[in-house]
Amino acid sequence: MSQADARLSVLKTYKLYVGGKFPRSESGRVYEVTAAKSAGGAAGRGRWLANAPRASRKDARDAVAAARKAVAGWSGATAYNRGQVLYRVAEMLQGRREQYTAEVADAEGLSKAKSAAQVDAAIDRWVWYAGWTDKVAQVAGAGNPVAGPYFNLSAPEPTGVVAVVAPQESALLGLVSVLAPVIATGNAAVVVAAEERPLPALSLAEVLATSDVPGGVVNVLSGRTAEIAPTLAAHQDVNAIDLTGADAELARELEVAAADNLKRVLRPSADPGGTDWTADPGTGRLTAFLETKTVWHPTGSLGVAGSAY
Amino acid sequence: MTKLFEYAPAPESRSVVDIAPSYGLFIDGEFTEAADGRVFKSVAPATEEVLSEVARAGEADVDRAVAAARRAFGPWSALPGAERGKYLFRIARIIQERSRELAVLETLDNGKPIRETRDADLPLVAAHFFYYAGWADKLGYAGFGADPKPLGVAGQVIPWNFPLLMLAWKIAPALACGNTVVLKPAETTPLSALFFADICRQAGLPAGVVNILPGYGDAGAALVAHPDVDKVAFTGSTAVGKEIARAVAGTDKRLTLELGGKGANIVFDDAPVDQAVEGIVGGIFFNQGQVCCAGSRLLVQESVADEVLESLKRRLGTLRLGDPLDKNTDIGAVNSPEQLARITELAEAGEAEGAERWTAPCELPTSGYWFAPTLFTGVTQAHRVAREEIFGPVLSVLTFRTPAEAVAKANNTPYGLSAGVWTEKGSRILAVADRLRAGVVWANTFNKFDPASPFGGYKESGFGREGGRHGLEAYLR
Repeated sequence: MSQADARLSVLKTYKLYVGGKFPRSESGRVYEVTAAKSAGGAAGRGRWLANAPRASRKDARDAVAAARKAVAGWSGATAYNRGQVLYRVAEMLQGRREQYTAEVADAEGLSKAKSAAQVDAAIDRWVWYAGWTDKVAQVAGAGNPVAGPYFNLSAPEPTGVVAVVAPQESALLGLVSVLAPVIATGNAAVVVAAEERPLPALSLAEVLATSDVPGGVVNVLSGRTAEIAPTLAAHQDVNAIDLTGADAELARELEVAAADNLKRVLRPSADPGGTDWTADPGTGRLTAFLETKTVWHPTGSLGVAGSAY
Repeated sequence: MTKLFEYAPAPESRSVVDIAPSYGLFIDGEFTEAADGRVFKSVAPATEEVLSEVARAGEADVDRAVAAARRAFGPWSALPGAERGKYLFRIARIIQERSRELAVLETLDNGKPIRETRDADLPLVAAHFFYYAGWADKLGYAGFGADPKPLGVAGQVIPWNFPLLMLAWKIAPALACGNTVVLKPAETTPLSALFFADICRQAGLPAGVVNILPGYGDAGAALVAHPDVDKVAFTGSTAVGKEIARAVAGTDKRLTLELGGKGANIVFDDAPVDQAVEGIVGGIFFNQGQVCCAGSRLLVQESVADEVLESLKRRLGTLRLGDPLDKNTDIGAVNSPEQLARITELAEAGEAEGAERWTAPCELPTSGYWFAPTLFTGVTQAHRVAREEIFGPVLSVLTFRTPAEAVAKANNTPYGLSAGVWTEKGSRILAVADRLRAGVVWANTFNKFDPASPFGGYKESGFGREGGRHGLEAYLR
């Protein structure tokens, strides 16, 4: 064995991402994350990958507070600006393609080629949603021809803070597919990462932190989904919840809790095969977290005094 | 205040409507008794006269109606959109033909002034059917996919404040999209929905496409929980809306909720006072304030508060409260003794919590359920009259100094249905409207409705939109 081979690699301590910072769980807890069962070769099954933070209910509440702080700035940014930022995320992810390919291969037990395809699709998904930021209002809004002297315009607005239970299987592409549409329209997100495969999500936070995404717009929690998600579903300052990564029983429980302040709820796919994340994403996930505001303005006719009434 | 003018009574004739002594449920194209034979009385709130005795739907009737709607769904959804649309056009036309009759009926059963049913409710009902009739063969162009499909059987529960208009908001888009419906009108206002059943008969609508189940909350709960209902649409209180949201959790049922509100009507110091006062009055005293989007919180800029209040009180002194069938009447009866008790209780809480009460000088009739137009000044954001939906002719007045304060106060509520902005400055309208968390914002106007204009709330005022292209989404997959 040569000197060089003897060098120990430097391991990364994975942390939560809350309010633009990378804290440990306030609870001090971690849990073991291991390579997916089907992973072959050097990344053998069950190989220890990292100790991920096991977020507590307090961490979840802190994340909601951080997200709420970020809503005004992010939703108030121009749609063009949000598009630039989301495109920047794609650029950063592209630059770290090799890292994510390895992480996704470990997390999902994929071959290097299949894992690379997932990463490429995730990058392209950011590009897709980057382009949507300044178009969705034109597609989802309307000028309404009311029967009276009024200018009547319906425009979509972000609903606010959205809790996202990320897909449990697809650790990066699935995550990006549910997260990007939430923030593209100006919402802030609190993401519960895939319970057994949280590392790509925690690493994605590093990309977001260096992509001009303002702190708090995306918050990432790892840990037990069944422990964190109920706090978010019941939280009175969360406006909506995406249940994609919850199993049927948990999803029902979360939907009941969400009714308390009438959160907008996106239910998990009814398809037993789950969602095909490589398919055309459509606009459904963009519009699920939008409100429609309709404003009436009198037009009238100009009278002798120039009054518009 | 001395009256400027005395008005002679100008009552609309009630002979234009023929109310039968009893009505059944409308299931599968037939009027039928309730399975358990129960009935209830519908009372005219202005006189306490019993108008008719109506079958009261129970769980077995919900089963029957949903089964009828399910049987009708296949053929109805298979019709070409143009044919479905023609049925809706027929319905719209028949409503126009029978609008005087329906307006008088609605005024009798609900207690609202004939001026409102004649000039607002009925024209909007017909317009709503006319609007969605036109969508039936154009759904592929609505932006919900090239070949959108109906959901199936829609269970719809509506309130008593705009009985026929809420029916139209529910049934017109559902049918246009190819769904069939089971609709439960409110227990205090079942009659116009039963007249609508007769309109469906006149229009030759296939049996089972529309089923009407008069009844109480138990029938509504059974309908919402029925396993063969694909879509639930509810308009009513936020508390019941939350129960429904829990009831459908974990199912595949689609849900839209149009719930309560505590709308802010913001008057800036540059607003034209007379127009603003008219808007404030229309905002809170339309339909006796029994409107989910009522402008029940007046936020007036401090510098003009005295002037606006003085003008407002003067205007309220001219409102005419009384016989809803009188064409001069501005303020009709409260819909039910229960609602009157709630308004009374909240108004008393307003006084007890230290707000100053002012009531318009007017005499109340000796029979029926009445509440005089009432203002509260010196209201803080913590007072119940500023936080809870009163659903009556009671206006809470708060003041503000800066636009930012106005926006913060307007948004300081779990509700988010409506808001008004009164100012001469266009950029201020846009800036304030942009920051208000409300589904409908009226600038220099209030309480305007149109079938082409989406309506619905933010936050605890519900979700989903009714009206316009947006209103189709709730009935398509």
